[in-house]
Amino acid sequence: MKMLIYGLITGILFGFLLQRAQVLRYDKQLGALRLLDMTIVKFMLSSVLVGMIGVYFLKDLGLAALSVKPTILGGNILGGLIFGIGWALLGYCPGTSLGALGEGRWDGLWGILGMLAGAALFAEVYPTLKATILTWGDYGKITLPEVLGINHWFLILLFVIGGILLFRLFEHKGL
Amino acid sequence: MQESDTSKYWSPYLAGAISGLVLVVSVLISGKFYGTSTTFVKTTGMIEKIFNAERVATMDYFIKEVPAVDWQWMFVIGILIGSIIAAKVSGTFAWQPLPEMWQNCFGSSIVKRAIVAFTGGLIGMFGARLADGCPSGHGLSGSVQLAVSGFIALICFFIGGALVARMLYKGGDR
Repeated sequence: MKMLIYGLITGILFGFLLQRAQVLRYDKQLGALRLLDMTIVKFMLSSVLVGMIGVYFLKDLGLAALSVKPTILGGNILGGLIFGIGWALLGYCPGTSLGALGEGRWDGLWGILGMLAGAALFAEVYPTLKATILTWGDYGKITLPEVLGINHWFLILLFVIGGILLFRLFEHKGL
Repeated sequence: MQESDTSKYWSPYLAGAISGLVLVVSVLISGKFYGTSTTFVKTTGMIEKIFNAERVATMDYFIKEVPAVDWQWMFVIGILIGSIIAAKVSGTFAWQPLPEMWQNCFGSSIVKRAIVAFTGGLIGMFGARLADGCPSGHGLSGSVQLAVSGFIALICFFIGGALVARMLYKGGDR
């Protein structure tokens, strides 16, 4: 029960912030995919940079454990590309379709219904996929510092510097 | 059509950084990272259970992702509630059937938008489940943990999306 309440509160805060940053808009999502407006990239990358520092800080103190998804090249690459196709057609991702509905952009509802249908379809063909695509290039739960043999703080520093340079570029170009 | 008034909104850098902090606090308190697409699987399973509970109980994917309300399910409902609160409090709530960019290029048919959006949702969720995550699970939570799977998926999301967006809007806005 406590976990459910934590989930709800975390979601409310996240949804609030997504709405405040205009991330819940089709025009912003397609704007990023058409390289015209980087609002969602600015939001996402800012979250990632802050999250990276915080999560690895907690991990080093022994206060939190990572929860890494396995790297399966077949699934990650094919699934990623297929997701991208659907994302460009819908203009919302799973979380933002609900958020869009919340601020009155009710075309998000078509997306939510489509996504429930997509999940049903996936559940039907899962046994076949599990035996094929989801076995191609299975490397397990790996992280970049493990693969490269580099200290995670060095990588985080590189990401922060790269992120700030990218932000400067966006602002310079008026994206 | 109302133009978005930037003075009514926050900087995406600020809102993004705060949501990064919220993620860190969530990991500390409940050990949970952001994710949304598994919730659609669980919800579909709950709906299918109404019609044929016995079949759902035998399906591999619903054995892996048990159709029940959990942390992430509440998180996803929270996104909806948080968005309503933010929109109402800031006075930016507006019922809108069609996005402006869409309407400028594809006209004002709600049916056309519904068909494309439904199809996009279907394809997108299929892809997200195959990839084992969406922009929140892989893009945010994966990248935060420096997970190889997160970076690969995130790059593929943008490649697939950019290609299709380019095809859709190749005629430019009318």
